[in-house]
Order: sequence, then structure tokens, then C-alpha cells
Amino acid sequence: MSTAEVSPGIGASAERPFSALLDTERLRRDFPILSRTVRGGRPLVYLDSGATSQKPRQVLDAEREFYERHNAAVHRGAHLLAEEATDAYEGARAIIARFIGGVPGEVVFTKNATEAINLVAYAMSNAATSGPEAARFAVGPGDEVLVTEMEHHANLVPWQQLCARTGATLRWFGITDEGRLDLSEIDTLLNERTKIVALTHQSNVLGTVPPVAEVVRRAREVGALVLLDAAQSVPHQPVDVEELGVDFIAFSGHKMLGPSGIGVLWGRRELLAAMPPFITGGSMIEVVRMEGSTFMPPPQRFEAGVPMAAQAVGLGRACDYLSEIGMDRVHAHEEALTAYALERLGEIEGVQIIGPATTEARGGTVSFVVEDIHPHDVGQVLDELGVAVRVGHHCAWPIVRRFGIPATTRASFYVYNDLADVDALADGVRQAQKFFGTA
Amino acid sequence: MQLESMYQEIILDHYRNPHHKGLREPYDAEVHHVNPTCGDEVTLRVHLEGANGEARVADVSYDAMGCSISQASASVMSDLIIGKTVKDAMTVGDEFLALMQSRGAASPEEGSLNEDVLEDAVAFAGVSKYPARIKCALLAWMAWKDATARALNP
Repeated sequence: MSTAEVSPGIGASAERPFSALLDTERLRRDFPILSRTVRGGRPLVYLDSGATSQKPRQVLDAEREFYERHNAAVHRGAHLLAEEATDAYEGARAIIARFIGGVPGEVVFTKNATEAINLVAYAMSNAATSGPEAARFAVGPGDEVLVTEMEHHANLVPWQQLCARTGATLRWFGITDEGRLDLSEIDTLLNERTKIVALTHQSNVLGTVPPVAEVVRRAREVGALVLLDAAQSVPHQPVDVEELGVDFIAFSGHKMLGPSGIGVLWGRRELLAAMPPFITGGSMIEVVRMEGSTFMPPPQRFEAGVPMAAQAVGLGRACDYLSEIGMDRVHAHEEALTAYALERLGEIEGVQIIGPATTEARGGTVSFVVEDIHPHDVGQVLDELGVAVRVGHHCAWPIVRRFGIPATTRASFYVYNDLADVDALADGVRQAQKFFGTA
Repeated sequence: MQLESMYQEIILDHYRNPHHKGLREPYDAEVHHVNPTCGDEVTLRVHLEGANGEARVADVSYDAMGCSISQASASVMSDLIIGKTVKDAMTVGDEFLALMQSRGAASPEEGSLNEDVLEDAVAFAGVSKYPARIKCALLAWMAWKDATARALNP
């Protein structure tokens, strides 16, 4: 794949790494939805990939082919289709494991990242009644669970609930005014009582990529587990679980060009092997008697019921699609778009970026507020112009509260976005100011 | 642009200069409602006068944070219902709810709107075309209904 030729007319300058941009004209042909029109017959400018990404034809075809050629309930039956379906499902697991630098036995399929995080939180509360092997996961009064103020609700509420069920204490890292994780009190917050640290790998509102290595180093000193919410990182940057040194990561398929209804929990083999199950039923059992049951080893132990095989196949294809581009290049592309967006939005009077002002340790999610115009109203004007953004608290209410604002407007980028999309965003914000008479 | 159909001048006027805003004494009930999808919030108080069957809305006061639609809606609502009997005010509320659920079908041009009852609130007809914004327009109304029910049945 060749890089895009950037015409000098659209704001290119020597210091911006526009040579890193992907050939979006070619990529966009893979995404049928991007050629549809929206309100008033306008072309769609999709800047909401942080909520969910669009899907390339290759992923849709892979799902369709599974249903048309191989569909059967996996890990059941002795017929040919059951064999092929199981091979496709397990093949997808191997592709996804490779994509994040793990091994297949450490990849558990879930409904989404939210369920993956709940799996760990519920395993920890189930640990109290699951025998000596699971004792290391048990939490109770006096124990602490550490999160951050910049978590998505998916990586906050399950831990609040775990603490409510067990009597453990929830603590959290704050956010600096610049939108960075405040680690100034790491040595007191992360201490011998901390059982697990759950933090985001990239904030879905601020774009911030926190210094995971520093948190992992301290967690290792005190023997705490580390779970990384990678829902916004695995789709956008190279992720290697061994390099990260964490214990668990969670991510969703639908944010990385894959289907909805599938997510992943990756966990260290020895941890998964000692963890009690979360959802129980068929597929995850070893022996069932009326008096009680024993369970399969991981990952099957955590995959009760007939699994989402077609979605797994689709997600596997999405990983291949991203690998064909190269995750380094995906990241560089988004970094160039983010730099351009920070510049174009930053030059508009009355616009304030909520989050880091530079692309340093930051992903392609740009939140902002426009003086005297509520984000919903900004979003409404943008929508009228065909620009799809997210408005509100983005399922991370404590963040907007931290910055003393009701909500933000958020643009988030992916492989199919280009500089013209950023221009449409900036122009739309100016139109909103004109419409509401604030500029 | 379609925007003008949603953001009628009346709505923008009420947004810029909201009527009856601010929390006041005396009051019989206070509620706090939020729109969990966007985080808009309203704290609303009602003060009723008269016995149950004849109760009259003596005052509606509120403190709200949110978009132009939710702010303007609270302002228009308080204009409309202060001074009315609870029964008449509920009729306006029901009519407004029906308007919001019309998915853009009701319009002043078609004469399908009950303008005698809705008065300035007909300006919100355009909002009903945008499902994501209907909850914004209804936030204050739902808070008022809740507060009134609490005031009547303490």
C-alpha cells in the first residue's frame, strides 16, 4: 500500500508528518458505508470511530462466508461442518492472539471489553468461595482496588461493584489540568493492600496514553495485578502484551473494524488457570453431575454457551486487515490527523481542547468545548453538515466533572479519515459559532 | 439547512434569556433529574396553592445545566404552567409529550398542533424529528410532573 499524495493546498506544511498519511482514497473503497450520503444528501464525514468503527468489506465477507459455508455450533458435534466451524473459530483466536503478541490459550472471547472486565471483577468476588487455588484473587475489607479518574464507565463501575460486594476499598489516580494521569501519589495509592490496578491504555475522552510502565513497575513491587482497558489502544497502536508486562487486557472487536458482539480478555495463562468462572453453563464444563460440576481449563472455562463464531472469524479478518496496513502506520496516520486537528481546532477562537495539547503520548481522540455553545448544539450543527461526532460525557462522567464542564464534543479518527475530514470538522465548528451568534 | 426548524427564534431567545430560572422559596417539593445519555441536569421546585382537586401552580423554579433545547424547554414550560391549575398544566404537559412523540408529524402548517394549549411550546415541533434530542426537550417537563406528584402526595 502506498502512502497518500498530499496536495499542498490542504494545509500541509514541512513540520507536520503528512508523509505518514495512509492512502485513504484506496482504503475508503473497502468501506461501503463511507460512500453513502446523510442529511441533505451530504457526504458522510465519520469522526466517531472511538464509539464504534466502520467495517471493511473484507470483514463483512468473512462473516458471510462463515455463515454460507461453515456454520455450525463450535466445539460440539462430530460432523464436517462442526469441525470446520470449530477450526474457523479457533483459527480466529490464533490470529487475534498473534495480533497482540500473546498465545491462543490466553485469549478468551467475550461479548465486548465491558464483559471482559466484568469477567475479572466477578472472578475476584467468586474467588472467596472457590477453594485454595483461587484464594489469591479474593478481596475483602482492608483490600484496595485502584482505578483512575479517566476511566470509561466500563472500567470503573465493575470495580465499584466489586468493592460494594466484598467490602474492599476503591481508590483512584486523579487527572492533571493538562489531562495527564496524576501519578504524584503513586507510592501511597499503589501499596501492599492493593489487589488490582485497573487503568485505561488510552482515554476515550482525552486521548491520553498513561505511562503504563511506571504503574506496572510499582504494581510489581507490591504484588498487585494490573488490568489494562485496551479498548482504545488495540485498534490504534501496536500492542504487545509481553512488552506491556500487564496481567490482563480487555478490548472490543467493533472498535477495530470487526463485528459487534465480540470482545477479548487476554490474561496470563497461570492467572486464568487459577481463576474461577464468571458465566457458567454449557461448553465450559468438564464433568457434570447432579451434585456438582468441574470446569474446563481456560479459555473454555470462560466461554459458556454456544459462542459467537462468525463474529470471531470477522474479528480475525479485521486483525489481518490492520496487520496488512501495519499498526505502526495506523498509529502514524492517526498521529498526523491528530496534529492537524489540534492545530485547526486550536486556531478557532473560543475553542478549548480538553486533553493534551500535543500528540505526545496521545491517541487520535480529540475532545473540545466551544465557548457559549453546548456540545449537543455543536453536534447538531455538525450533524446537519454530515459530520458525525460524539457529544456528551462519553461514558466517562467523572472526567467532564473533573474539568468542570457538562460535556464535550469529541472527534475520533481511524484509518479511513483524512485531512479533508478534519477540515470539515473545523469548518463545522465555525458554522456553529455563526449559527448561534457567538463569533 | 434544517437547523432553523429545530432552533426556532423562540427557542434561542429562551435559551439566551431563560425565564423563572433560579431556585426559590417557598416550595413543596424539589426533584433532581438527569439525562444519563448526555449528562444534562435539572433541579426543580414546585410550589402549589389550594387543596388537592383545585391545586394551582403558584411557582416553578429551577436550576439547570444543559443544551439549548433543554434550557429553553424549562423556560417555556415555567412560563406556560405558572398560574394554571395543576389539572390544566398536566393537560399542557400531555400535549407536549404527544408533540415530542410525533416524530415530526405534527407541524403548525398542517394545523395538527394544538396551539391554544401549547402556545410558545409549539416551537419545539422541529425537535421531534430528532430522536436524540427529544429527551432534552422533555427533561424539565418530566421533573415537573415528578415534583408535582410528590407535592400532592407528600
